[in-house]
Amino acid sequence: MNETIGTILITVGVVFDVLGCLGLVRLPDVYNRLQAATKCVTLGTCLILLGVAVNAGWGNAPLAIKSLLCAAFILLTSPVGAHALARGAYRSGVPLCDASVVDEYADSQTIKDYHQAKAAARTAEQEQGHAKAKTA
Amino acid sequence: MTGLSGILLFPLVFCAFMCLYRIGRGPSAPDRAVAIDILGTLIVAFTALIGLATGRDWYLTIALAWALVSFIAAIALAKYLEGWMFDE
Repeated sequence: MNETIGTILITVGVVFDVLGCLGLVRLPDVYNRLQAATKCVTLGTCLILLGVAVNAGWGNAPLAIKSLLCAAFILLTSPVGAHALARGAYRSGVPLCDASVVDEYADSQTIKDYHQAKAAARTAEQEQGHAKAKTA
Repeated sequence: MTGLSGILLFPLVFCAFMCLYRIGRGPSAPDRAVAIDILGTLIVAFTALIGLATGRDWYLTIALAWALVSFIAAIALAKYLEGWMFDE
């Protein structure tokens, strides 16, 4: 009984993983790929780990406990990593694909402040470079 | 390495190749960073399945450590993509 449930969970997880990676290959720009891949692969991997835990059961308790711990850890960290990557992609200047309809982040105050700070840092760096060139 | 959990490793290998395609092809650096992040998560699933197929629990220890390192790598790559240095 346990083995049947575990195998079903693992199979569903593998299907989700394959669909997520298909999204990673097929979708048009970074943000779409990130969204498809992160959500599907996180869910798929958590289902696989859950299935491993159910399949191992009390007969192999260390394996089950470790896989549950791993599932909890991935559920916590994967969205954080994806969010940071999306922010980094936007701020490094990757354009949205042509079919995109709305881009509210471009009008927000945070990104304007960011561009201002970046420009200020760049001019400061250039001045420092000139000063060094003069002394040399 | 018998039974269904052994057979189910092959779709995951296929997924890993799709991620490698995106790492090689990806038009920009963030594409590659995303694909590396996803590849790390896939490897965790793969290692867990090997652990189930062989019945040895230290495979799950490897998976746990890999998940940790993959998360830190994703954060560091995102910080790098933003264009700041690491100490700011």
